[in-house]
Amino acid sequence: MTYENKQNVLKYLKEGIRLDGRKLEEYRAVEVESDISKSAEGSARVKIGDTEVLAGIKLAIDKPYPDTPEEGTMMIGAELLPLSNPEFESGPPNIQAVELARVVDRGIRESKAINTKKLLIEKGEKAWTVMIDIVTLNDAGNLFDAAALASLAALKNTKFPEYDGTKIDYKKRTDKDLPINKLPISVTVLKIGDFFIVDPNSEEEKAVDARLTVAISGDKICALQKGGDMPVTTEDIKKMIDIAFDKSKELKKIIGE
Amino acid sequence: MSYKKRNDGRDFNETRPIEAKVGVIKRADGSAMFRIGNTVAYVAVYGPRELYPKFLQNPEKGVLRVNYNMMPFSGSGERVRPGPSRRSKEISYVTEKALLPVLNLAEWPNAVVDVFIELPQTDAGTRCAGICAASMALADAGIEMKDMVAAISVGRVDDKLVVDLNYEEEAYDGEVADIPVAVIPSTGEVSLLQMDGEISKEDLMKVLELAKETAVKINEIQKEALKKKFEVQ
Repeated sequence: MTYENKQNVLKYLKEGIRLDGRKLEEYRAVEVESDISKSAEGSARVKIGDTEVLAGIKLAIDKPYPDTPEEGTMMIGAELLPLSNPEFESGPPNIQAVELARVVDRGIRESKAINTKKLLIEKGEKAWTVMIDIVTLNDAGNLFDAAALASLAALKNTKFPEYDGTKIDYKKRTDKDLPINKLPISVTVLKIGDFFIVDPNSEEEKAVDARLTVAISGDKICALQKGGDMPVTTEDIKKMIDIAFDKSKELKKIIGE
Repeated sequence: MSYKKRNDGRDFNETRPIEAKVGVIKRADGSAMFRIGNTVAYVAVYGPRELYPKFLQNPEKGVLRVNYNMMPFSGSGERVRPGPSRRSKEISYVTEKALLPVLNLAEWPNAVVDVFIELPQTDAGTRCAGICAASMALADAGIEMKDMVAAISVGRVDDKLVVDLNYEEEAYDGEVADIPVAVIPSTGEVSLLQMDGEISKEDLMKVLELAKETAVKINEIQKEALKKKFEVQ
């Protein structure tokens, strides 16, 4: 982003308004639609303004990790599809896609959102593994929050496929839900100049000084990720976390318990 | 053996329900969604834009580049590993050949038109759905075209000639021929033709006629969707 564009973003922020007319701590309209892919065991579409992200869940059976022989496993992948932004290129996941997947992964893993103990079939031998894949359809900013929300919504409507002890029949979905403990909500707060905003659009993302993604589970913080090229003070961190807690209540209402 | 009734109750020459929409991806220069039964394709078109790396550029005309991809959760069985496979590369390639005859890229030397086909949900017929959506997205992007392209899979299940095979029919325990066909509706010319299975020459000629008839119907739906985007409210 050019210096002029950044000055333009800042000029508005000084007056307490954003380029698109929003207040500083205001999200665009958030929409969640469940079960958008019949091929997946669970899936969801999340729209935040013009940003659109899909998440899909596939289940398989695998050997548990040696250090957790009584638990199933989970894995999260993210693809920044070149269809969703003219700047994204085909090829193996770049660092932006890897960071996105790992930040969503941390929020879900560290909050123990999935009850992995209940995924065990046979100790040390067989357990369900939950594979969450996030894909972007249209990138108009704030992929982090949209991806986290889509993953939760997809987990919520996941049903186990039929399993007879030797083979999974993916054509038949049972009515058994995935064991979910809680739903951690992610809120990303941006610092531009001396101002803090949530839910940035693409232009605002390019003007970012610092970014903090806060995953919140109940009254606890369960994961953090700082981004952006500028450092933040502890005073900044406190403010950003306060904003994240405040906004997480709105998102929680949308996704439900 | 005789295939008496289709598993989903359709007539033998009937497609699954079709839904088409244009302008579904805002950042793209052109975009479309095409759904046939449980198969859904999203397509975004970017360009004409400068082509890199430079050695791929053609100083005489623009280049069409298609990328077909199944989302990891879109398969009917296990998770599909992300990234290109031999299958997806071949489909991308034949899709380029299916679309090129209707495009005029002479005015765009050294440029590329990128077509990204993404499938969130599949139940056979994905390359045809991708071509139908791509053709709409190219028109939406304002690329000069002399016609659109409509594609459908036809074939034979035992003794019956059928249109738009679904996954269960492709996997039918008996004799099956699966023939994806792309048609340029105004001339009836064929720009994609592949086949898995076995069929007699007579039956092939018959199903190609079925494919042409169906393509004309699909083309009406494509044109309707394009008009809808530009309707005055």
